[in-house]
Amino acid sequence: MRYLPHTKEEIEEMLAVTGHGQLKELFAHIPENCRCQGEIDIPGPLSEWDLTDHFQSLAANNLASSARAVLLGAGSYSHHIPEIVRNLMSRSEFLTAYTPYQPEMAQGTLQGIFEYQTLTTRLLGMEVANGSMYDGASALAEALLMALRIARKKHTVAISSAIHPHYRKVVYTYLQAASFKIVELPVGRDGRTDCSGLQNIDDLAAVALQSPNFFGVIEDLETAALKIHAADALFITCFSEPFAYGLLRSPGASGADIVCGEGQSFGMSQSFGGPGLGMFACRKKYQRNLPGRVVGETVDLEGKRGYVLTLATREQHIRREKATSNICSNQGICALTAAAYMASLGSTGLRRVAKLNYDKAAYFKNGLIQTGAKLLFSGQTFNEFVLRFADDFKPARKRLLAKGIVAGIELSDFYKEYEGAYLFCVTETVSRTILDEVIEELRS
Amino acid sequence: MKEISELNLPADLFYSDDHEWVQRTGETIKIGISDYAQDQMGDIVFVEMPDIGDTFKKGDEFGTLESVKAVSEVFIPLSGEVVTVNAALEDAPELVNEEPYASWIIEIRPTVESEYDELLSRDDYLKLLQG
Amino acid sequence: MTHGPGISGLILEEPLLWEKGKKGRSAFSMPDQDVPEATVGIDENLLGDGPDFPDLSEVDVVRHYTRLSQWNFGIDSGMYPLGSCTMKYNPKINEKIAAIPGIVTSHPLLADELSQGALQIMFELQTFLARLTGMDAVSLQPAAGAQGEMAGMLIFAAWFRKKSEKRSKILIPDTAHGTNPASAALCGFKPVQLKSGADGILDAKTVTELMDDETVGIMLTNPNTLGLFEESIREITAIVHEKGGLVYGDGANMNAVMGMVDFKRCGIDIMHLNLHKTFSTPHGGGGPGAGPICVVDELKDFLPVPRVAKAGNTYHLEYDCPDSIGRLHTFFGNFGVLVKAYSYILSMGAKNLKKASQLAVLNANYVRESLRDVLYLAYDKPCMHECVFSDKMQQEHGISTLDMAKRLIDHGYHPPTIYFPLVVPGAIMIEPTETENKDDLDQFIDVFKDVAREASEDGERLRQAPTRTKLRRLDETQAARKPCLTG
Repeated sequence: MRYLPHTKEEIEEMLAVTGHGQLKELFAHIPENCRCQGEIDIPGPLSEWDLTDHFQSLAANNLASSARAVLLGAGSYSHHIPEIVRNLMSRSEFLTAYTPYQPEMAQGTLQGIFEYQTLTTRLLGMEVANGSMYDGASALAEALLMALRIARKKHTVAISSAIHPHYRKVVYTYLQAASFKIVELPVGRDGRTDCSGLQNIDDLAAVALQSPNFFGVIEDLETAALKIHAADALFITCFSEPFAYGLLRSPGASGADIVCGEGQSFGMSQSFGGPGLGMFACRKKYQRNLPGRVVGETVDLEGKRGYVLTLATREQHIRREKATSNICSNQGICALTAAAYMASLGSTGLRRVAKLNYDKAAYFKNGLIQTGAKLLFSGQTFNEFVLRFADDFKPARKRLLAKGIVAGIELSDFYKEYEGAYLFCVTETVSRTILDEVIEELRS
Repeated sequence: MKEISELNLPADLFYSDDHEWVQRTGETIKIGISDYAQDQMGDIVFVEMPDIGDTFKKGDEFGTLESVKAVSEVFIPLSGEVVTVNAALEDAPELVNEEPYASWIIEIRPTVESEYDELLSRDDYLKLLQG
Repeated sequence: MTHGPGISGLILEEPLLWEKGKKGRSAFSMPDQDVPEATVGIDENLLGDGPDFPDLSEVDVVRHYTRLSQWNFGIDSGMYPLGSCTMKYNPKINEKIAAIPGIVTSHPLLADELSQGALQIMFELQTFLARLTGMDAVSLQPAAGAQGEMAGMLIFAAWFRKKSEKRSKILIPDTAHGTNPASAALCGFKPVQLKSGADGILDAKTVTELMDDETVGIMLTNPNTLGLFEESIREITAIVHEKGGLVYGDGANMNAVMGMVDFKRCGIDIMHLNLHKTFSTPHGGGGPGAGPICVVDELKDFLPVPRVAKAGNTYHLEYDCPDSIGRLHTFFGNFGVLVKAYSYILSMGAKNLKKASQLAVLNANYVRESLRDVLYLAYDKPCMHECVFSDKMQQEHGISTLDMAKRLIDHGYHPPTIYFPLVVPGAIMIEPTETENKDDLDQFIDVFKDVAREASEDGERLRQAPTRTKLRRLDETQAARKPCLTG
């Protein structure tokens, strides 16, 4: 086996040094009643070529192999990834390094994460960011836990029911063990969260909204911030599509205290939902309450600028059961990927691609409306939106699927009350030809 | 680290088993950590303080001191209500290392007068350190 | 003086991203505007100017990250004997496989019948991991070992809730990973520390004394963080079960025992694996990893949802699991990482996985024997896949573990794990892994011997190390006192 470099002679020489006759003697102290009985039933070994064939045939059983367009986002987005991002991020100096515990030999990772933190704060209009969390959902759960820590004596949080349903499920999982209370806020006819009842919620530590929310609707964060702060709660916003902030006012500028969300759109493939990137930022005054790894600037012995992991006392290996989180990693290479992606776009590029997403989604939305579909919500949208069709949409959706086009997803999979409504997404990767084809199919 | 003979332990202060010092000024009491404690911790990078108005019972944790790779809790030697915290330490935690007795952490209004008698004098504290 | 591979090379300076660039440059191949430009129908108060990112050219970006990468050290650069982290070689073929278009572009919310390939990969990986550990059921959802631990602790909580028992304490040995107490606390349990015995392993008696009906059970690592197998594991798990408790096994050190130890027979109820350790997926400078959890039959209903199952010849996702602890990840976990681990397992086959563990243990014992004259051996007994020394012999010369670690950098090695586990003051924890050959181990051993010798002969050189890197030792105190987290 090519990953096991020992020759037979070397094994013998080494066993002579350790004082063993055979390899299995190295395990002699393991009690008999703890051992495997017989050989493990696992196939292989497969050669590189057989392995590739095997995976090619598995891949062929995914629609992804043959799909022409997937007009679906809902937390996982198809965006163009520049070849340089893929190429640079596959450099093994980045990929095969561990967490940068020895800063002198990890300045590449450390400066890269520092740049990621900086670009993240600029994108979100915040003051500090961490080195990332697992994904958007766990980032939101950690943001709520952080707010509960800051509020100290309060035990209730309110979350919008327009937040991605899976994010909300993860929030319940994370908060269930402690005695925290979660209240869900209703959605109005405009598809925006109704914050009017906040004054009636006692013991409120934080309120979380998503914008654009799961329905694609842009929340009025500024107005929400006023109501939330008036209720003496921290304002958390989350997102699943960071491209929106190429066009929209940033959550920070709108009054958010903690901002988190999913960064997959910035250079990560959809890869059946993971790995993604939990982006996480907050106001500077809360920096010592941040969960997760953080990189900071400092100097070396000779006064040269450099970077280290810092604020480690928040973390599990030092504070143990009192840590701000049990997380002991970040999504390293994914954070670096997002930074390289933001750098490749630049301000100009991000705005252009964001506008193109808006334009294409608007074109498609209007086209579908002309076929008789109706918007479920009146609120304004970015690159996702929800429509309800005059006739049953299922047959048309099936015909489109046969042509390799996935036309949205049924909203009732997530919200029973919205039977017959569909959530669509259009990004810059979908050509007008495809959009016209779908519109034409519905017209006929 | 300093030898015990090198430690600065002012005689006009009282001390606790947990290495805090206590200074009475009229109705209130200032609390900080001893030269021994700051020396053991090394470079202090952050002082976490309670809110004004918080009340504690003797022995409660009222804050933490952080060095680069350690966190130490600080325990209140007397029951009381916090009336002031030393805001200067927020931006300059190194003052605790540099001037441990000028760098009080909190000022409290004590609620159980008799606890004052249970504190250690300089000599008793020195004995404690000498083991 | 023996030399490692480390010499001085040409190091190029590179500023921060926003210190270069010019407005109007671009590194992004801009897609066609094939639809009419729409007037933005969004209220003025919701719109912004977009962030202040630097505009860079393609060459700017390429040089930037290429130079940054050259300041980094990975497994592909050289030996990385970081204890407890299993820095084994990350096969290139697995990267290619995870990037196959039909795999990498899969949307996670398509109907099951449109994702059969992806579901099959997950189902088979679950099956393989169950067979390798001896456990009955597996969830691949946890995104990292720490999230696996949390899932395990949530299952503990759910189990006792279902039985209407109130228990609040959990036993955690002093040789456990630092995450263990944090994960347990997150789920509302109060950690009670168990002292390991003089021989570095747990004494069943210690467990008997502390295990009671207010304790949910025990969370231990086997082999433990001293690289030693918990030989009393059967007695310990029997005691915990006797008192109605559960046993969590941290499987971070699985690389020592593949094909050798059956964890279910040991009495483990829940364990997590670190695919980025044992199953060769790259660490990526911190992540992404994957921390699947494996459980015994009695606990499988508590696993996170959705679960991947097979009926006949098709695969599907199951959501209807009323006892489940719920969802941990937006979708199904770090699927891309799972693909690489599955590919690794198939590349190896059962026989080579077992051989890998044997050679990992051989390498660690070889290093242990070879360095024991120059470094103090914390526990003098055969180790598993890692060995733990300390700086006790160098202290008299005023040289610490940190100094020796930094000196190794100058020689072209990533230092071992240092100052962990906490039970060994000044710990030096070496895990060579099976993918290092004897020649490279011999060179590392010779270098380490010289470094240990330098401690008495040229201490200042160690205290000044490293000197061949781009930067010298960094001021961590300043970084923590005046945090500067953005530029």
